[in-house]
Amino acid sequence: MREEIIISGRNNPLIDPQLHVWHWEIPTYLFLGGLAAGLMFFAALYTIRNKENEYKTAVQIAPMLAPIALMLGLVALFLDLHHKLYFWRLYTTIRLESPMSWGAWTLMVVTPISMIWTAMHIKEVFPRWNWKFDVIEELIEFFKKNKKTIAWIMLISSVILGIYTGILFSAFNARPLWNTSILGPLFLASGLSAGAAVVIWMSKNHAERKRFAQLDLMIIGIELFLIIHMFMGFLASTQVQIDAANLFLGGAYTAPFWIFVVLLGMIVPAILEGMELKGYKIPVAIPVVLVLFGSVMLRFLISNAGQASRWLY
Amino acid sequence: MRYAMAIDTKKCVGCSDCVVACQTENDVPIGYCRDWVVEVMDGTYPQLEMELRSERCNHCENSPCVRCCPTGASHYSEGGTVLVTKNECIGCSACITSCPYDARFVHPEGYVDKCTFCIHRVKKGMQPACVAVCPTKCMYFGDLDDPRSEVSQILKKRKSKTLIPEAGTKPHLYFLI
Repeated sequence: MREEIIISGRNNPLIDPQLHVWHWEIPTYLFLGGLAAGLMFFAALYTIRNKENEYKTAVQIAPMLAPIALMLGLVALFLDLHHKLYFWRLYTTIRLESPMSWGAWTLMVVTPISMIWTAMHIKEVFPRWNWKFDVIEELIEFFKKNKKTIAWIMLISSVILGIYTGILFSAFNARPLWNTSILGPLFLASGLSAGAAVVIWMSKNHAERKRFAQLDLMIIGIELFLIIHMFMGFLASTQVQIDAANLFLGGAYTAPFWIFVVLLGMIVPAILEGMELKGYKIPVAIPVVLVLFGSVMLRFLISNAGQASRWLY
Repeated sequence: MRYAMAIDTKKCVGCSDCVVACQTENDVPIGYCRDWVVEVMDGTYPQLEMELRSERCNHCENSPCVRCCPTGASHYSEGGTVLVTKNECIGCSACITSCPYDARFVHPEGYVDKCTFCIHRVKKGMQPACVAVCPTKCMYFGDLDDPRSEVSQILKKRKSKTLIPEAGTKPHLYFLI
């Protein structure tokens, strides 16, 4: 038996009895960032593959949500900072070892690109849109001429953004649950799945919806594969990581994780999308909302459970 | 120069004088602390073993907090001490989540705060406040690179351990056992 008592002083708020420095802001941002990454990825991908007209929603309409998601995410990030007035310090240095520094600079590229992309396509949604200044019109014409280059930048930066939302966690030495690089691809996959779901929701074109339902099914498969591998890795590792995995395999986070993330967020929408592809009529909103919900829950649970996992000493 | 601290778990009585001294010296806000005392009870009655440890930032050689800081506010300073520059810290808490020893906290003013090895005292040739005040003289502070320093001497003579060496942080806080 081992009993540990802290007998003095140690009652730093948010650290004792259990670390809880990151609340709703970080997982909310990670979801919004992942969603934006997913939307931008598909827009860039189908532009590069010259399928703009086939997948109009994915290339022109859905990415308009990306700058909104990114800006809301940035607000959440800003709210998370405790020393808010010094936030500009992020941009006075580049620290290659710090994922947060990578993230800050990636956002510096991704956010303007998402806005440029929206500006390029805004007349598709609002035909009477008027920029008022010729300079802006000329600038947009210039961007339109270099659409492919922008699409390539967008493709790469959206993948970095999607992966970074997971790597942000895995770079923290002290939290065994986060110490797995699988979180990077897992969060990227989750973001892509959320992006594909939004395209399905917004699209009115049957072929496009079918294509994205297929894509989403495939991505959900990859997510399940990554989740299984994540647990395999944990269970074959050290005691602290076995304990971390046990938070989801019998511990406090078991029910929410397997029910909300895996069952409702992945398996049920996968079955519904599969049935739809087979020709059954299913309201499209149901699988879409479930995928988005699962994506949000994944971030919240990994964030909270990670803060509950720790080294033993 | 590599500053380090050795704490004798056999001599420590857990009086918390180190905690109060630190709070006074460093003007730590009420309800927070940069060092604390842990009492670990091991075994089953009647075979019980108790260990008292005065813990604080380990001033690691391979600090996860310095690595993950996005602004460079957390940095290595004189003698390998790990310090936070107040006006560069954005309060993102990345260092807090990355520290295996949970040694950092958010100061009510917004920046992240922690033990400094009382570098302001050490520079003047004094001991850190916790060491200076210890009534059982169970703490030793000094330069590991200097074989004649108190801490080097005691670490040569006695068995010691560091906390979670498997975390790969190379801590500079030794516990004599």
